[in-house]
Amino acid sequence: MNPVVLISVLALGITAAVAGIALYVISRTFHVVEDARVDEIENLLPGINCGACGYPGCRGCAEAIITAADDGDITGFFCPPGGNEVMGKIARKLGYQAQRQMPTTAVLLCNGGMDKAPVKYRYRGPEKCFISHELFLGPAGCAYGCLGYGDCVQACDFDAIKIDPKTGLPVILEDHCVSCGACVKACPRNLIVILPRGGQNQRVWVACQNREKGAIAIKNCKAACIACNKCVKICDQIAQAVSIQNNVAVIDQERCTRCGTCVGECPTGAILANFSLFEELGEPALKDGGKQ
Amino acid sequence: MTTRSSLLITFPPHIRDPQSTPRIMLGVVVALLPALAGAVYYFGIHAVRVTFFSVLFCVGLEALIQKYLMKTRVTITDGSALVTGLLLAFNLPATIPLWQLLVGAVVAIGITKHSFGGLGRNPFNPALVGRAFMLASFPVQMTTWPIPMQNLWQAGADAVTGATPLGKLAEQGVDQVPEYLQFFLGNVGGCLGETSVLAILIGGFYLLSKKIITWHIPVMYLASFTLFTGIFHLVNPSSYADPLFHLLTGGVMLAAWFMATDLVTSPVSRRGQVIFALSAGFLCGLIRLFGAYPEGASYSILIMNAFVPLIDKLIPVRKFGKEIRYG
Amino acid sequence: MRRDTFPLGGVHPPQRKYTADRPIIALDPPAEAVVFMNQHLGAPAQPLVQKGDQVRVGTLIGRSRGFISANIHSPVSGKVIKIEPRIDISGYRRTAVVIETQGDDWEDSVDLDDTPTRKISFTPDKIIKTIESLGVVGMGGAAFPSHIKYMLPENKKADTLIVNGVECEPYLTADHRLMLEKPDQIMQGIEVMKKAGRISYALVGIEANKPDAIDLLAEKAKFYPGTEIRSLRVKYPQGAEKQLIKALLNREIPGGGLPMDVGCIVNNIGTAYAIYQAVVHHRPLVDRVVTLAGSGLKNPGNYRVRVGTSVREMLNLAGDQMPPDTEKVIMGGPMTGKAILDLGMPVSKGTSGILFQNRRECSSGPSLNCIRCGRCIAVCPMGLRPYLLEKLCRMKNFQRAEQERVMDCIECGSCAYGCPSGIPLVEYIKYGKNRVLEIMKKRREK
Repeated sequence: MNPVVLISVLALGITAAVAGIALYVISRTFHVVEDARVDEIENLLPGINCGACGYPGCRGCAEAIITAADDGDITGFFCPPGGNEVMGKIARKLGYQAQRQMPTTAVLLCNGGMDKAPVKYRYRGPEKCFISHELFLGPAGCAYGCLGYGDCVQACDFDAIKIDPKTGLPVILEDHCVSCGACVKACPRNLIVILPRGGQNQRVWVACQNREKGAIAIKNCKAACIACNKCVKICDQIAQAVSIQNNVAVIDQERCTRCGTCVGECPTGAILANFSLFEELGEPALKDGGKQ
Repeated sequence: MTTRSSLLITFPPHIRDPQSTPRIMLGVVVALLPALAGAVYYFGIHAVRVTFFSVLFCVGLEALIQKYLMKTRVTITDGSALVTGLLLAFNLPATIPLWQLLVGAVVAIGITKHSFGGLGRNPFNPALVGRAFMLASFPVQMTTWPIPMQNLWQAGADAVTGATPLGKLAEQGVDQVPEYLQFFLGNVGGCLGETSVLAILIGGFYLLSKKIITWHIPVMYLASFTLFTGIFHLVNPSSYADPLFHLLTGGVMLAAWFMATDLVTSPVSRRGQVIFALSAGFLCGLIRLFGAYPEGASYSILIMNAFVPLIDKLIPVRKFGKEIRYG
Repeated sequence: MRRDTFPLGGVHPPQRKYTADRPIIALDPPAEAVVFMNQHLGAPAQPLVQKGDQVRVGTLIGRSRGFISANIHSPVSGKVIKIEPRIDISGYRRTAVVIETQGDDWEDSVDLDDTPTRKISFTPDKIIKTIESLGVVGMGGAAFPSHIKYMLPENKKADTLIVNGVECEPYLTADHRLMLEKPDQIMQGIEVMKKAGRISYALVGIEANKPDAIDLLAEKAKFYPGTEIRSLRVKYPQGAEKQLIKALLNREIPGGGLPMDVGCIVNNIGTAYAIYQAVVHHRPLVDRVVTLAGSGLKNPGNYRVRVGTSVREMLNLAGDQMPPDTEKVIMGGPMTGKAILDLGMPVSKGTSGILFQNRRECSSGPSLNCIRCGRCIAVCPMGLRPYLLEKLCRMKNFQRAEQERVMDCIECGSCAYGCPSGIPLVEYIKYGKNRVLEIMKKRREK
């Protein structure tokens, strides 16, 4: 055989063999021992890595659950996108009872769109909520209301928020929302909260966060909460779920029975419900008590 | 629905320096006009043809890419594609076929600039990458230079081509090269924009006077280049030409004043720019004297472009006040 | 006359000191005064009056709350008609005391004369207490309660008083006129300040574009040993206190530090005048000189106006009106001032100027990509990298922003002024600073 060929084959062959042996030895020496259970749990989780559980990704959550399971207690873990179904599976796999939690969704606590809170001031600069929030109270003059530049839309990884072109307000599509909380963090005015979806997916909320006195609030937005107390008074006879804190009405979601009475009582339409109060009529019977 | 009488609210500052990016680009175009005039004077209709189509291809490609491919705002009015078109043309011989020019423009605008994100995001100088690509793809046409002053005003006239001074130097050694004055004025074979050193210097000083560039990069580039070639010339004058020859031939002047000073691909701090320019000048000399190519300017800058992010990161900017006393 | 400057950064915006030769005109009190309880850095003052109360000029209507706070005195005499939130310079609504003016009746304790006396018999502590009780705050724009600057902690000593007569912002000429028209009063104010801070040496820094003021004060300084007038090169932001100290004394305040850390106390020259008025004539801070500027105005100039006068009323009193093509109205200078929402915005203790810009002057297209030209780095007087800070703050990477010393930013606006692509640098950096401040507060609480 040609000596050049022989030398080339030998040289490359020996190099390959040495490299292969080295790789094998290294892979055994530095092998990371991982608990196989972590893989099992991770496979049960949705794999979206949204961080809503409070852990770094689904694998991080799986690791934390295994650690907690070894300590004997897996309460306190919940994967919002996975929901009760996934948590049940995980619990059964580890031999625990699952805790059922109420499914949740993101809700916008502002109804001051361009129709209710007309634009008064012209702003020019980065069209970002967190920037314009630093500069002034906002184009409509309400220091607590939605600025409409869509930081929440950008933050959402699930296409669950879109800006309504008629009002300029973000609309949360509850079918897509997995309660990951990204929009909650993105809003500089803390206008988005995670609320329980409610039995039969019905819920009522106060769509205003304006803490100024009613007279001032109403000047900038027709749908402002003016803390007139009518909702409080009517609910005192039903479920005592409404209170006024800092000049704005607040509904206790645990006590609320979703009757929708406060929606009709509110003179400005600051309270909203996501269901129609009069099914037969097929349309909202009261000013702003209709479907979102 | 705003009332027209409502006041505008913006963040401070409420006044701006009038030198905007489009104005900077326009300034560079104006600075390139002497070189363009020189190119047309020496190479006739071919210079006009190559320059015109280079600009057309670059600007047109940018518009098409931004509108249909990237689906973003079309920003050809900022002038950067126009500048790339001119600089690409100035790095090519006058007899380059148009279809090859188109290939170069696609590489320069499409690959080097927009695949990285558009204006300001490209790590490498688009015109130089376009040229390097063309040199590798079309070695014959890219190294065939027409002799200047042939009265090339009939379209389609064949040009008589000949070797450039650097080519002659590489083949025949030191003594066979013509007068330095001709190099200075531009009456010599070579790429469109690089031949007339006089025209480039006029443009360079215009850029300095308008404060579009600062002296750091051109001066440091030429200084280290001169030093490197000078040392070797002193050591062995019969093998190595003197630094003045090297400065006046090839694309060193164009590179120092227009390519190395490209704002996007040079470091952001003054100290970083000095380091960048010194290294690039040294590399240019190295490639010229010891490399396989007779010309080293483009590669010296492209190599240093690769180091610019590192330079930006590592070179500290002088800060005000030394310690930090926060909680 | 030496022409010092600060070595790092700086820009040269056009000076446009068109009103430099307009003497100060004192305007009548407005028909309505809107006095914010928050006209100074620090905690808002506590309103002491109620709806219906009668007040005179100089009546205490707001008491300082906390260590960093200031008193607020009524700028007009009349009846308090409202105490309600109004939009102030922060862009948000804050508590304001609204007074309907009746006559111009001053408190008896105020001496309305303006002749300087040469003898200052107060002790340093008495001076500081007087400044505090009469609500004197920094007149350069930041409105820091002045008395605090003289209350040095045990371990800090000051050897130099620096008086800021720079007025580096374009258009503003209020301090310039004050120096020309009240030089004796200012010199005396400086003596008072020296006594309060127990300092024997004062340096007055004036930009070289005010040669008449420099010459006049230099003449006066001959009779005031221990006070020296220095000319400074015209460069923005020479009037920023860190840059001023560097230019005059070649000392650099460390990051997060104060002038007292390098042995200085810095005050604006308008504050010197206010301190003189407070200590020598027992006059509380109720008015100030404001430059009215803008190409479309009929009567631009320098006006002494009562705090609480709305821009609309100020125009009326000055015999002028808003130019019809006005697009933006700025309170302060064009580099750091804030655009106001409407002409009802009142003048406050820190308002140095009101600038009217027409459409052409404030036009700007959409911002382009950063072209990495490095101009922002070249002009930053604090040696920062604004292009990087903007990106970090926009991406909400506050940890890295803090490492890159975003808190050192003095928000002078030089970077955004020089940026060829018109990138909103100040916007994002300001946002980042606020968030980093919150993070630092949380860290300290742990």
